[in-house]
Amino acid sequence: MSDPVGAVSAEDVKKIARLSRLHVEADRLQPLADDLNGILGWIEQLNEVDVEGVEPMTSAVDMSAPMRKDEISDGGKRDEILKNAPKKDDGFFVVPRSVE
Amino acid sequence: MFTAERVGDPRDYIKGESGDWEIIIGLEVHAQVASNSKLFSGSSTEYGSEPNSQVSLVDAGMPGMLPVVNEFCVEQAVKTGLGLNAQINLFSRFDRKNYFYVDLPQGYQISQFEHPIVGEGEIEVLPIDADGNTLEPVTVGIERLHLEQDAGKSVHDLSPDETYVDLNRCGVALMEIVSKPDMRSPEEASAYVDKLRGIVRALGTCDGDMEKGNLRADVNVSVRKPGGELGTRCEIKNVNSMRFIRQAINYEARRHIEIIEAGGTIDQETRLFDSVKGETRTMRSKEDAHDYRYFPDPDLLPLKLEQSFVDKVKADLPELPDAIKARFMADYNLSEYDARILTADKTKSDFYEAVAKGRDAKIAANWMMGDLFGALNKASTDLEDSPVTADMLGGLLDRIADKTISGKIAKTVFEKMFEGGGTADDIIEKEGLKQVTDTGAIEAMVDKAIADNAGQAAAAKENPKLLGFFVGQVMKASQGKANPQAVNEILRKKLGL
Repeated sequence: MSDPVGAVSAEDVKKIARLSRLHVEADRLQPLADDLNGILGWIEQLNEVDVEGVEPMTSAVDMSAPMRKDEISDGGKRDEILKNAPKKDDGFFVVPRSVE
Repeated sequence: MFTAERVGDPRDYIKGESGDWEIIIGLEVHAQVASNSKLFSGSSTEYGSEPNSQVSLVDAGMPGMLPVVNEFCVEQAVKTGLGLNAQINLFSRFDRKNYFYVDLPQGYQISQFEHPIVGEGEIEVLPIDADGNTLEPVTVGIERLHLEQDAGKSVHDLSPDETYVDLNRCGVALMEIVSKPDMRSPEEASAYVDKLRGIVRALGTCDGDMEKGNLRADVNVSVRKPGGELGTRCEIKNVNSMRFIRQAINYEARRHIEIIEAGGTIDQETRLFDSVKGETRTMRSKEDAHDYRYFPDPDLLPLKLEQSFVDKVKADLPELPDAIKARFMADYNLSEYDARILTADKTKSDFYEAVAKGRDAKIAANWMMGDLFGALNKASTDLEDSPVTADMLGGLLDRIADKTISGKIAKTVFEKMFEGGGTADDIIEKEGLKQVTDTGAIEAMVDKAIADNAGQAAAAKENPKLLGFFVGQVMKASQGKANPQAVNEILRKKLGL
């Protein structure tokens, strides 16, 4: 299968991985790019469908978002919230320093 | 992309080595919706609570949790849009804005990208120069208003090598109001934010508290040769006072000019304003530049509003600051300056109206802007916490109007009232400050003053200026309580002037 237009490069994979904070070994970049191009090529078939004049579908059900009243009905569960944190102190999550 | 057709006033140009430069400014204002609970969860939005005590599993980004829209927040966005004379979009949608940061446990912010709830609008802004003079009005276009989630709070000073994270603010509803790049001076930019603040406060959709960060601005600045091609812009994040907005723009514009005139180029980047040093600095380097990869949030259905709902919100809109100001100028005959000061926010306009109704409107304005604001300023307090209420100030003005006290004694009564001495009537009664209007009593004091100063009395015929001396003597004798007009009249008669 030929690469679709704007094919994903190893460099793109590296960038996406970085944005997602995923660690990818250098020797995995090209194979991942090949896999992604395979998927994109397959999806490319959808371009064969004529969608002239068809409204883009924004959800599977034709209804508006259900809404809730502005009432306080949650919170007050700090211990539960912090339970999985690798490190916590005085009610805060503690993480590696995020600024210089 | 943006165009910037309006060419600013030459008065606002910055002189560089290569000639004049014009500043182009656009703002993104984040206004926190004044709701009880968050945009997509039922946890509280209250400020200043114990860390992580107002966090639901939705806010914490736990897997499998589903967001549900808060209808009140939707209504506030519509109301604000109407207040900005903007297009309300009956169809809008939530998108995911993806980025990775410690205060965003979901890994994405739910925002509105392609289909915001509010489209284009415009407001009129009155910039004020450094001397407090009002300049010509400027129309600032609104590009859009959309709803989005706030992030949590990172605290960097509790540990030298760690960051502490509190997610209480995470998921609180924000209205991001994006302007068109229509401003050309720091004064126009701060006047725009001031105007927005007045509108959201009048509408009650946001409390406008900049100190708490409930209203904050991202400022986009670039420079160009007047009317020329647009330069590269830099975005200064989270500026939280009118003064800082002006300082940040001034600094940033001069930085751009310096770099360009030295032959360099501006990197499009995100910068921080350091309010202590009064300068901006790079916040993110280019390698970290964001690529948000927006896509429709599959957890949320599109937001569809009925026109009847929008009509109802519109019908119930309260009077907006511009309308109140116009009414004050028409009904109370106030100058533009007085009307502007007295309608700066709802507390002021409500207070003024309560004092002015049924009284002399100009005197009410003078007392409020002079004596009351002066005393509040000196006591470092706000009108909200004023020890003198509108009723109390009104009561004082009534006693001047019915001549119970003179304007001069009223100042004394006001001071005592401000110190908690009770109502004007209480103070006048307790201190015996009631004006002496009894002509017999005044005549007696006048006779005594003339008798005690016979020499001056004789000279007064030649030198009418001595009348002032006698008025002073009589007023002193009456401890300021004699009616000044009566004193003047009787003195003139007795001195033969």
